[in-house]
Amino acid sequence: MEKKLRILIAKPGLDGHDRGAKVIARALRDAGMEVIYTGLRQTPEQIVNAALQEDVDAVGLSCLSGAHNHLFPKVVELLKERGAADILVFGGGVIPDDDIPGLKVAGIREIFTPGTSTESVIEFLRSNAQQ
Amino acid sequence: MYKDEALERVRQEREKWEQGGLKKVLSRFPEQKESYENSSGVDVKRVYTPEDIAGTDYVEDLGFPGEYPYTRGVQPTMYRGRFWTMREYAGFATAEESNKRYKYLLEQGQTGLSVAFDLPTQIGYDSDHSLSKGEVGKVGVAIDSLADMEILLDGIPLDKVSTSMTINAPASVLLAMYIGVAEKQGVPLSKLSGTIQNDILKEYVARGTYIFPPAPSMRLITNIFEYCSKEVPDWNTISISGYHIREAGSSAAQEVAFTLSDGIAYVQAAIDAGLNVDNFAPRLSFFFNSHLDFFEEIAKFRAARRLWARIMKDRFGAKKDKSWMLRFHTQTGGSTLTAQQPDNNIVRVALQAMAAVLGGTQSLHTNSRDEALALPTEDSVRIALRTQQIIAYESGATETIDPMAGSYYVESLTNAIEEKAMAYIQQIDEMGGAVKAIEQGYMQREIQDSAYRYQKAVEEGRQVVVGVNQFQIAEPAPEGLLRVDPSVGEQQVKKLQELKARRDNVAVQTALDELTAAAQGDDNLMPYILKAVKAYATLGEICDRLRGVFGEYIAQDML
Repeated sequence: MEKKLRILIAKPGLDGHDRGAKVIARALRDAGMEVIYTGLRQTPEQIVNAALQEDVDAVGLSCLSGAHNHLFPKVVELLKERGAADILVFGGGVIPDDDIPGLKVAGIREIFTPGTSTESVIEFLRSNAQQ
Repeated sequence: MYKDEALERVRQEREKWEQGGLKKVLSRFPEQKESYENSSGVDVKRVYTPEDIAGTDYVEDLGFPGEYPYTRGVQPTMYRGRFWTMREYAGFATAEESNKRYKYLLEQGQTGLSVAFDLPTQIGYDSDHSLSKGEVGKVGVAIDSLADMEILLDGIPLDKVSTSMTINAPASVLLAMYIGVAEKQGVPLSKLSGTIQNDILKEYVARGTYIFPPAPSMRLITNIFEYCSKEVPDWNTISISGYHIREAGSSAAQEVAFTLSDGIAYVQAAIDAGLNVDNFAPRLSFFFNSHLDFFEEIAKFRAARRLWARIMKDRFGAKKDKSWMLRFHTQTGGSTLTAQQPDNNIVRVALQAMAAVLGGTQSLHTNSRDEALALPTEDSVRIALRTQQIIAYESGATETIDPMAGSYYVESLTNAIEEKAMAYIQQIDEMGGAVKAIEQGYMQREIQDSAYRYQKAVEEGRQVVVGVNQFQIAEPAPEGLLRVDPSVGEQQVKKLQELKARRDNVAVQTALDELTAAAQGDDNLMPYILKAVKAYATLGEICDRLRGVFGEYIAQDML
């Protein structure tokens, strides 16, 4: 049997907007993935600890407060330091187009902006996350 | 409202129509959708008639403007006397930059201020805290101490302009800073008017800027009610908010129900603390969302007013008419804005703003077209403000009070939303009230379920979002968005260091020690917080002392 994808959905920083994170978490679960949601106000360190502990294939970061440029790359960096560079990191939220190239260079594989369908996130994970 | 024989005639004629002309058309041309259910779960009928409001009693259920149960509005003349307060929620970067934006908005005809604070301020961290990194000045202005507040309000006459502050867990500290500035301006506290949001329950449910657990949070809120009833009599001590509950995904009926349940919890907490309901209830205010379903929203505002009046009178035995009135601020629905074809948002906002006005709002924020992308630019905010001015001065919607009254549809919807909200409130009562329902995750689950249902409807195309799942175009990346200067964090940290070097640090420590001792006892904390603020203790220092005594709230997140 094919192994189920394990995904951590995380809210880094102080942002409290979690509607999108929860909708994505639920859609991924309905698509047959195992989903862990961190809840609000997680530091990059806490997120990386959770990712390692839960042995996930991918980490989805949601931020609508504008702090993504600081928080998202930090998660990738810490994963690398802990020898877990194979965990795929993706993100979403209110993220200006201009910031996306920089985030991708920093190792965030994909950024989903407002209006994205959950289906496209599911497809992205199925074709990119390590089984 | 109708005589039996008149209703009987309507019934006969309706049946004739259904069997005749209607049936013929339906057999050849089916309707576009099988059911027309709105967000509240009301199955919207093809047509409404007097039969649908046969049980409504004009005097009992509608009455007159400014009179119980206030279905038609809280003032006898409504907008013929004065328009709603036009209040654009604003704040970003430093106090200096935000002060400039406020002055611009006032020059453009805005009639009140609405302050947005950054997340560290809202969660009681100074700008130099490790968790503040990357967040300083981003979603609002960074305020660390009274010194920042003095700059923020520089040149703004606090006896003439009312100010709304979106601040919850540390509301008492920001209110103390506002009072501190007023005293420096020589404005007596009796002349101050404005609002603090101060609604912690919805933070646990939907917005996330909580600090302390429920019990000490409720104490802080009750302390503010008591202090303001004596010292700042025209201040709205709380803005019980459905806005964020709706943004998180709730239906219109849930928005009313959960908001009023929170309201019931605050009133009960204050009564339990020994306060007389008529001493604080007149200063309670509310904050609702205005979403896309035009008539459902109008009905929602009317239903909320009637329901609250009945709750205050019947359940709490309030005697003053001002205690029965639900006065509210409205913001148009942020989550309805699209990043695609952002100019379309101007139209969405105009419709939502019109619904708020037809629903009798006391103040209004209209969202800017670019808010799905970033904080709004000056041009975008001006269009948003102009939208309000066009409704006020040009549309004619303000000439008569509650013009939708008597619409079979709107009255029927008003009744339906009131009933549905009441059923939720009863259910929450049975759980032991709003605090218990939140601790059990009940409201959160209900909201998540609604949000997920909506998302599915959009993805399956049952809910059309213009420009997103239909009528898309290829468009270039938006240009000219507002960006907060990333050096704001460093500037703010430098200001903090300078402040700590020049203030009387002995006075600060004394005030903080006294606050700590008071927090361990039962005193009203407002005087202690005021003393610390005036000594230029920082927001983070004050909140840290309270964290030490009260502990912190840990959310139980579930999917």
